[in-house]
Amino acid sequence: MQIVNQALRPVPSWSMYLLGLVPLSWLVLRGVMGQLGVDPVRTVEHDLGLRALQWICFGLAISPLRWLTGINLLKFRRAVGLVAFFYAVLHLSAWLFLDIQLHWGQIWGDILRRPYITLGMLALLMMLPLALTSNTWSIRRLGKRWQKLHRLVYVAGAAAAVHFLLVGKVWVGEALIYVGIVAILLIIRRVHSQRRASPAAK
Amino acid sequence: MPSTDPKWSDVTPKAAWLNRRQIMAGAAAAFATPAVAQNLSTSETANTLEEITNYNNYYEFGLDKGDPAKYAGQLTIDPWAVQIDGLVDRPGSYDLADVMRMGPVEERIYRFRCVEAWSMVIPWNGIQLSHILNKVGVQPSARYVAFETLLRPEEMPGQRQGFLDWPYREGLRLDEAMNPLTLMATGLYGESMPKQNGAPIRLVVPWKYGFKSIKSIVRISLTADQPPATWNLTNPREYGFYANVNPEVSHPRWSQATERRIGGGLFNSRQDTVMFNGYGDQVASLYAGQDLKRDF
Repeated sequence: MQIVNQALRPVPSWSMYLLGLVPLSWLVLRGVMGQLGVDPVRTVEHDLGLRALQWICFGLAISPLRWLTGINLLKFRRAVGLVAFFYAVLHLSAWLFLDIQLHWGQIWGDILRRPYITLGMLALLMMLPLALTSNTWSIRRLGKRWQKLHRLVYVAGAAAAVHFLLVGKVWVGEALIYVGIVAILLIIRRVHSQRRASPAAK
Repeated sequence: MPSTDPKWSDVTPKAAWLNRRQIMAGAAAAFATPAVAQNLSTSETANTLEEITNYNNYYEFGLDKGDPAKYAGQLTIDPWAVQIDGLVDRPGSYDLADVMRMGPVEERIYRFRCVEAWSMVIPWNGIQLSHILNKVGVQPSARYVAFETLLRPEEMPGQRQGFLDWPYREGLRLDEAMNPLTLMATGLYGESMPKQNGAPIRLVVPWKYGFKSIKSIVRISLTADQPPATWNLTNPREYGFYANVNPEVSHPRWSQATERRIGGGLFNSRQDTVMFNGYGDQVASLYAGQDLKRDF
C-alpha cells in the first residue's frame, strides 16, 4: 500500500479533472462517428447519468478504501466530487434540451409527479451546495459545519442510485448493482463511525 | 404449442416453403385494393429497417433495447404452430402456413407508439386478425381474445430470469380484435418478420401502446372473460388492460402528452401525441360511453 501511496504522491490532484473528461470525450467521439445507436438522445442521457453515478460512487469509496486498504486518495476527493456534479448537470441538460425539449409544463409535472424524476432532481439539488462550497475558502469559513454539510452526499448518492433503479420498468440488472454498491459504501461508513464513537467495542 | 403431428412445413423443403411465402406475400400485395391500403396506412415516412430492428422492447431476450437484436438469432421459428382454442368452432393447432392462408397478406404502414413515450412508423406485412378469427369461427359467447408468446427459456434468455411472469400474455376485447386495423403481422418491409420484432407472427394494434402488440404468438384463445395481461398483472396501476394511446391520461412513469419520434435527430424529435395514436376515426366508436381515465 505504501508503494501505491508513494506512486500517487507526485500525481497532481488536477489530473483527476483530466480523467473526468475521458468518458465525455468518448461519448462525443461516438457521436461524431455516428455510433450512438438508434436513439442517440437516450444514449447520451443515460451515459451521462451513469457517469454521474459512477463518480459519486468513486467519491463515496475514497474513505472506505483508506480505512480498509490504506490507499489514500483523499487529495483527489474534491475533483472527484466536482466531476460527479459536472456529469449530473450534463445529465439534467440532456433531459431538458434533448429529451423533453423544454416542454416546461411537462417538466414541472414530471418533477412533481414521477418519483424517479423527483429523486433525481433532489440528488442534483443536494449536490449543488456541495459543489459551491468545494473550495478552500468555504472550508475555512464553514469550519465544522462544512463537514456536516458535505454529508449530504450520502443522501444524494442514495437518491441517485434509487433514481436509476426506478427508471426501469422492472427492478433488475445494472441498477441493482449500483444500489448495492452505494448501500455497501454507506454501511461501511456507519460501521466505521460507530467503532470510532465507542473505542471499547474494538 | 407445436403438435406432434407432421405439419406442412415439416414435409416441405425450407427453400420451397420460403419461396411460397414470398409468392403469397407478393400476390397479396398485388391484389390488395389501393383504396383500402390508403385508408389504413399512414403516408408518414417510415423508420429505417435498421432502426426498427435494433430498438426493441422484447424482454424475453433482455431488458436493453439492443438485446433482442443481439440474442434473438438463436430462436427457432420453423416449425411454428399457433394453437387456436377456446370459444371457436374449429379449434386446433394451426401450422403457420395454414394461418397465413386464412387471409390476404397486406402491407400496412402504421404509427407505433410505445408507452415509454417514443414512437416509430413501421411498414408491416400481415393478415387482418378478423380474417383469421372468421376462418376459425368465433362462437357467440366469446367476448375477448387472449394471446400468448412462446415460452422457451432455453432460447429466450430473458425468460430464464424471473422479472416477469412468463409466458407473456395479452388480450383484446373481441370488437377491438375484429377492427380492420388489427393485424397479425408476419413481416416488415416486404420481408419475413425479423426475430427481434416477434417472428414469425405477432399482433399489431396501432392505436394502443406497443406492449399490447404481443410477439411470437403460439396461442390465441377466445374467452368469455377478460384475459390476464402480463404488464397489467405486474403493475395494474401503471399498465391498464386497454392501454389506448391517450395524451390526456398521464402514466405514473411517463407523461403521455408528447412523444419522441425515433430517427428525429438529437434536437427536434419531440412531438405532440395524438389521441388513439391518430386512429380515432377508426376506433373511437369502440369506446363510446367508456371513461378512458378509468379504463386506461
